[in-house]
Amino acid sequence: MALTPVENQTPGFVAATAAASGAFFGLFVGTSQGSGLMGVLVGAAIMAALGFALTSMLDKEKPFRWVLIAAFAVAGFFLGGLPAAVLGGLFGWFAGWFIFWLGTSRYRAHLAPYLTSGQVLWHYTFRVICGAVFTFLITPILVVMPLSFNAQDFFTFTPEMLRFDPAGYSLKHYQDFFSNQDWQNALWNSIRIAPMATVISVTFGTLAAIGLSQPHVPFRRAIMAILISPMIVPLIISAAGMYFFYSRIGLQGTYMGVVLAHAVLGIPFVIITVTATLVGFDRSLTRAAANMGAGPVTTFFRVQMPLILPGVVSGGLFAFITSFDEVVVVLFVGSAGQKTLPWQMFIGLREQISPTILAVATILVGISVLLLATLELLRRRSERLRGMSPG
Amino acid sequence: MKLTKLSALVASTALCAPMAMAEDMANELTIVSWGGAYSSSQKNAYHDPYTAKTGVKIINDESSAEAVAKLRAMNEAGNVTWDVVDVVAADAMRLCDEGLAMEIDPDTQLAAAPDGTSASEDFGDLLVSECFIPQIVYSTTFGYRTDLVGDTAPTSVCAIFDTEAYPGKRALEKRPINNMEWALMCDGVAKADIYDVLETEEGQEQALAKLATIKDDVIWWSAGADTPQLLADGEVVMGSTYNGRLFSVIEEQKQPVAMLWDAQVFDLDGWIIPAGLSPERQARALDYIMFATDTQRLADQAKYISYGPARASSAPLVGQHAELGIDMAPHMPTDPNNAKNTFLYNYEFWADYRDDIDAKFQAWLAK
Repeated sequence: MALTPVENQTPGFVAATAAASGAFFGLFVGTSQGSGLMGVLVGAAIMAALGFALTSMLDKEKPFRWVLIAAFAVAGFFLGGLPAAVLGGLFGWFAGWFIFWLGTSRYRAHLAPYLTSGQVLWHYTFRVICGAVFTFLITPILVVMPLSFNAQDFFTFTPEMLRFDPAGYSLKHYQDFFSNQDWQNALWNSIRIAPMATVISVTFGTLAAIGLSQPHVPFRRAIMAILISPMIVPLIISAAGMYFFYSRIGLQGTYMGVVLAHAVLGIPFVIITVTATLVGFDRSLTRAAANMGAGPVTTFFRVQMPLILPGVVSGGLFAFITSFDEVVVVLFVGSAGQKTLPWQMFIGLREQISPTILAVATILVGISVLLLATLELLRRRSERLRGMSPG
Repeated sequence: MKLTKLSALVASTALCAPMAMAEDMANELTIVSWGGAYSSSQKNAYHDPYTAKTGVKIINDESSAEAVAKLRAMNEAGNVTWDVVDVVAADAMRLCDEGLAMEIDPDTQLAAAPDGTSASEDFGDLLVSECFIPQIVYSTTFGYRTDLVGDTAPTSVCAIFDTEAYPGKRALEKRPINNMEWALMCDGVAKADIYDVLETEEGQEQALAKLATIKDDVIWWSAGADTPQLLADGEVVMGSTYNGRLFSVIEEQKQPVAMLWDAQVFDLDGWIIPAGLSPERQARALDYIMFATDTQRLADQAKYISYGPARASSAPLVGQHAELGIDMAPHMPTDPNNAKNTFLYNYEFWADYRDDIDAKFQAWLAK
């Protein structure tokens, strides 16, 4: 939908802006070919020339964009084979879109007419920055995934993999994960420890949050600070302290010991999220319930609990992830019998760089995505049922 | 009130549990080792046969890298949970000096060789500490990418300092030990004089100055798995690591890498038993050690990993790799062809100078 009437841009403007983007991409290509500076210069020159040339033929957008895709794909193929051809094609698509987007002023059309050019520039700079942040967050996770299908025992993109040769890929690291006794034990330990620690954290954390939100409790702030401290104190210090304490009372190296230690780490998350939801909780509801003859327990389960449930669930999720991801405390408090997945991955990284770790990481990422997506769907559904959101 | 009851209950179950099982020997063993291919070679050669023979359950803990620190903490907490620990000789000496490992009499507590030679003679000079039962001889040596070194493959360790003939990055361990010796040797110091030179301030400066010539080309590693990964990636043209890791890269993973055995540094790895175990756990640990360090068992381990057995009587029994079927003898660091020019880790020198030279080395690294 066009908000602002626009006209085509001058070749100079298109060439200059396109050159800037060309320099940016050229930096990556150039660095991979040995010289970043050359890449910047060549990238800027190519894009400037294209921008200049194409602004005079803005009416033939479709054919020229296809030509660009084909040209960059072929150039990529000669530079670095099939994978580079795919990347080149993608870049060709981007270059074509970018130049015509600039040239026909489409970038300006859907923005409000009263914006100054500085504001327009910031509008897009902001988007580029967000995109860059997103890329930096997500790329390390995405890179791991194809590597986990490596047919070799190293964290390396082999030439076979880059040629998309099926022989370069294999499921053997997944097979190793599912058949290796060490990994299976670690998986079972994690599955046994994390839910138990979560249940304890959620129970105590919720109770503590409710108690501490009562105005008449003495030393509320001090108690709160102590309960939150495991989140603030460096983990290694908590771990060492727990190690000596648990050793003396016979909990070191036991299942219960690890569960309790993880519960302690999870409680602060539950307290914080539940306290936050309690702020919006209307106390007159509990008085109304009491007025109608409900005891405190009935009131809690029938009135208060359903209303603070989102806070409890998200706190529980954090507690679960904390336990599932935790490696420092379990190294101290656990013994070889309680080896969890992160512990096994830690050993694997230090002693033998095996892509099995990447296979496990990929599976865990998959599980996390499923878990969060399910939770989000459930949340939306319950909001819809309660009529809190339209949609 | 409730809490005291609970902790009393927990404490009493913890105390009673071992007593309930009290027999002559405990029927569970926690063995600490390095993990990876090394642990699996021990599992195949020692743990599985021992479990088959006695029915004892063996739990593996891969914590050897922090064994000294953890044993100290366990000792302070009065809760030693490990029965047998695999450590390098230098760590064993420290543990022995601090009284954290028990002393072992080789002739009464270890098996004699099949021909009747006593264990102390069979192990010979390798019994470097009263608490330490040597298991393998390994070496820290160099591997290089065969496709990145050009036409003339390196034959001398000094190739690491020759960035003109062999351009590219090198991987060296992030500690002074071995690197200082190699630096002096390649700076023209005679092999016999190296430790005399290294004792002096000027000698240490000289070694660091030699290392400084390649400082920009070095990737420093701290885990044994790093160099194999870097070599496989082609990130480095050559790098030092343990010879067994290189064997795995070359023979099992079929990477274009070759061994440069020149000036390899031998070191020992073996078992200790922590001090202060209960009598039945100690008896079980000693029984395991007696079994696992006999002549046949030590020779068996060489079927799975290319480290040399510590007993003289095991050497002739070294056979073929269990899966690849290749002869293991030529891949042993102790094979005469590989051992033309070797160092032995100088325990006395490094015990005296380690802290001092470590500090200088780290300061030099940070410069």
